[in-house]
Amino acid sequence: MPVHNLYIFNRYGTLLYYTEWNRLKHSGITLEEEAKLMYGMLFSIKSFVAKISPLDIKKGFLCYKTNKYTLNYFETPTGLKFILNTDVGAQNVRDLLQQMYSQVYIEYVVKNPIINLNEPIKSELFKQKLDTFIKQYPVFNNNLKSL
Amino acid sequence: MGIYGVYIVSKSGGLIFNLDSNVPKIETEQTFSYPLDIKLVVENKKVVVSFGQRDGIMVGHVLNAVNGVQVNGLQLEDGRDAMEIIDNKDSYPLSLKFGKPKMTTNEKIFLASMFYPLFAIASQLSPEPKSSGIEILESDTFKLHCFQTLTGVKFMVVAEPSQTGMDILLKKIYELYSDYALKNPFYSLEMPIRCELFDNNLQSLLEQVEKTGVTNI
Repeated sequence: MPVHNLYIFNRYGTLLYYTEWNRLKHSGITLEEEAKLMYGMLFSIKSFVAKISPLDIKKGFLCYKTNKYTLNYFETPTGLKFILNTDVGAQNVRDLLQQMYSQVYIEYVVKNPIINLNEPIKSELFKQKLDTFIKQYPVFNNNLKSL
Repeated sequence: MGIYGVYIVSKSGGLIFNLDSNVPKIETEQTFSYPLDIKLVVENKKVVVSFGQRDGIMVGHVLNAVNGVQVNGLQLEDGRDAMEIIDNKDSYPLSLKFGKPKMTTNEKIFLASMFYPLFAIASQLSPEPKSSGIEILESDTFKLHCFQTLTGVKFMVVAEPSQTGMDILLKKIYELYSDYALKNPFYSLEMPIRCELFDNNLQSLLEQVEKTGVTNI
């Protein structure tokens, strides 16, 4: 099962949206605490990468891999952060995140006048569209079929 | 041209060995007229570019020399204040040299101990059970490969993103560590590695990888 879960943070570190598809292990702390831990880790990784990099960085941190999962990171110039945990073998997740930003977030959150951009997203439409969007992702289907 | 550095971190998170190999030196020198078209600020006792990157001068670069005179922190080698010269209209045209800041040993120790919790949190936040910590950390300019031994020592290699076979190299470095550091009677665990044989062998291993690739080791 390739796509595990998704976090969206704004530039102040507020968790705007969280959803999960195939998550087998929970961290044992509340979502609120987990989000803070996640954001703190990413913030540290960003400064770690900026310091340890031998060359001038442009995009900076892209992803990290453990033996079980890959954390894919995409940040927009406005500081919005998309974090998608996938299987280690998943390909082109960055393009997917970029598309998710432009086709789902922009269309159904930014263009929705009743959503406050700095508050957690409760829109049912966004939730639906995001779900369909991820499920279109070829690897998501392939692996489910093979199960 | 593949490998930028090797780090060894002890079980308790302290940096016990570090080697930099062929880190490119990024420096640009230019002549400026008054007023400056880049914004400089003083940060951590250094003069840093904060806005207006162009011609190889990037945000985050520090001031290295003024008119060919080295700058140490905020002061020139002859004792004059760098910011005062830059702010003074009469000193222009001015030749300034900027470069990417080099990591000091203290900063390396700081970074090594910073990696330790990141490694642990990555495993805690895992959506899958029994996940290890970070094995590969990827950025657009480098890839960090980390190998943790059963005893908790971490070996890290910072390499170019395209470099392959780093897991083999890490195991090989582990081998050198167990042969030349652990078997050295004057080496005490958890302490920085100062073993000449280890240094020499690691150096020649890296040279070999640069020349012929990882397959032949």
